[in-house]
Amino acid sequence: MTSVLAMHAPDGFLEPAVALVTGVLSVVVIVFGLRVAGRELGDRQIPLAGIAAAFIFAAQMFNFPVAAGTTGHLLGGALAAILLGPWVGMVVVSVVVVVQALLFADGGLTALGYNVLNMAVVTAFGGWAVFRLARRFLPRNSTGVVGASALAAGVSVVLSAAAFSIEWLFGASAPVPFDTVFGAMVGVHVLIGIGEAVLTGLVVGAVMASRPDLVAGAADLDAEQRAQRGKVGMKPFVIGGVLASIVFATVVSQFAVDNPDGLEKVAIDQGFIESGTDHALDSFIFADYATSGVGNETLSLAIAGLFGTVVTLAVGFGLLSASRSGRRAAAI
Amino acid sequence: MSGAHAHGSAVDSLFVEAESAVHGLAPEAKLVALVGFVVAAALTPRTSVWAFGVYAVAIWLVVFVSHVPVRVVLRRLAVIVPFVIFAVLIPFIGGGEQTQVLGVSLSVDGLWAMWNILAKASIGATASIVLSATTRVPDVLTGLTRLRVPRVLVAIIAFMMRYLDLLVRQLGRMRTSMTARCHDPRWLWQVKPIASSAGALFVRSYERGERVHQAMLARGYTGTMPTLDRRPATAVDWSRAASLPLVAVVTLIVAVVL
Repeated sequence: MTSVLAMHAPDGFLEPAVALVTGVLSVVVIVFGLRVAGRELGDRQIPLAGIAAAFIFAAQMFNFPVAAGTTGHLLGGALAAILLGPWVGMVVVSVVVVVQALLFADGGLTALGYNVLNMAVVTAFGGWAVFRLARRFLPRNSTGVVGASALAAGVSVVLSAAAFSIEWLFGASAPVPFDTVFGAMVGVHVLIGIGEAVLTGLVVGAVMASRPDLVAGAADLDAEQRAQRGKVGMKPFVIGGVLASIVFATVVSQFAVDNPDGLEKVAIDQGFIESGTDHALDSFIFADYATSGVGNETLSLAIAGLFGTVVTLAVGFGLLSASRSGRRAAAI
Repeated sequence: MSGAHAHGSAVDSLFVEAESAVHGLAPEAKLVALVGFVVAAALTPRTSVWAFGVYAVAIWLVVFVSHVPVRVVLRRLAVIVPFVIFAVLIPFIGGGEQTQVLGVSLSVDGLWAMWNILAKASIGATASIVLSATTRVPDVLTGLTRLRVPRVLVAIIAFMMRYLDLLVRQLGRMRTSMTARCHDPRWLWQVKPIASSAGALFVRSYERGERVHQAMLARGYTGTMPTLDRRPATAVDWSRAASLPLVAVVTLIVAVVL
């Protein structure tokens, strides 16, 4: 229940143009990913990726407690990337998303383009990018890997929500302005990200404890470094995460609240009459709705641009370090 | 997706055993018909309310012809409920022209958006449910292969479906044994045993994958999966299956032109 907002969007949620463009993008990335995965795994690819996909699917079904009766579940994009490497991880999560839409009616068939993009591509490569970055600042041992995994998983969920909001800007199906969607989506997903971070960190920690050789993200550590495991108390870990997220959520929600087009304001006093009709850009770049309720297009454009850049950079960096680590592995 | 499913079977419960014209259709024809139908519905302008009526009647006719119990379809439609909740919120937060309903101010375009998402989501989901309820998973995979979906991808999906129930049950057994040892977590910081068991499940899954790979090699696996060829789609299959998307495409054209 907690994770469904950005995820598994049904048919008709975004305009057909966005569905088509994201669909083409996703197909290209999956086809390329299959080739890379085939190179990395050889003829082990089919059984390993298949069973890993079943693992992610099963893990998503399993609820964990969040607070006083509410539960959440794992999304697993960053987890798959860290355990299996970004390319294989992306393919595995894409397979899960496709099967969920085709056979379980969970997510629309015409929404597969953006669902795969947001839930598999952005989480796997965005998560991998954050993971590689965080590894540079954390100690080169098991604890560092676990910490980086948690951070990567938390951020990957927020990136996924941001990606959805940006797609909303281009193909909104409802007259809800970008800032409102962005504020709500990112705000909610910061909270979901805490659960994802804690769970992913612990799962990677558990695998590091028994079979560290199976963690693709820790392939560069030697046996001694893998054995170094610090003890981190659960409570400070969770409370620290919550505090950091609240600070982040406050900053993000300022976008929605401070600016005149905030949640309630929009409903009360924004009319179509006030909205800019003379912006040549609007007519072909944006769908009518995303900007029509917004008085200040420049601001939402700036926010969209900023976060578009951040998401693209993160995914691009993930792709880059993925191809680089692949080459290194090939060289050895 | 949780609760009822968590300890039971996810895959076996998809297919509903029955003798019907829909069950008997070749899977590739069914897949093309389903995708065509859903795409046509997704492209239909939201203001053509009657068109969605046509789609709903068409897909529910298929449900009745297929002998899949209505309550099964309705129960599985529950997956779209979270988005229904989101859709219902839109008229309250949407901008633009407002209308008064029972003293509450609602956005006119928001109401249209709500209708749009509800109609398209429920029609799309019903179509997917019809497919999985009338087609066994191996047949769906054969259909995908015949439609030139990359074989590697189909094979990965096949392995996923084959081991999904096994893994879900394994996780369920771990949960049961934790509960038997009085593990009853209520807060996020008590989550460690669950995460550890998920980690253990990953290790076991990966090792199972390697074991399965060894067994495949022992049986002469060379990198491509052998396929059992079932009856390919005939002209009769195609023409029967085409009736659904045909209705939808004609409706779409009329809706766009009008």
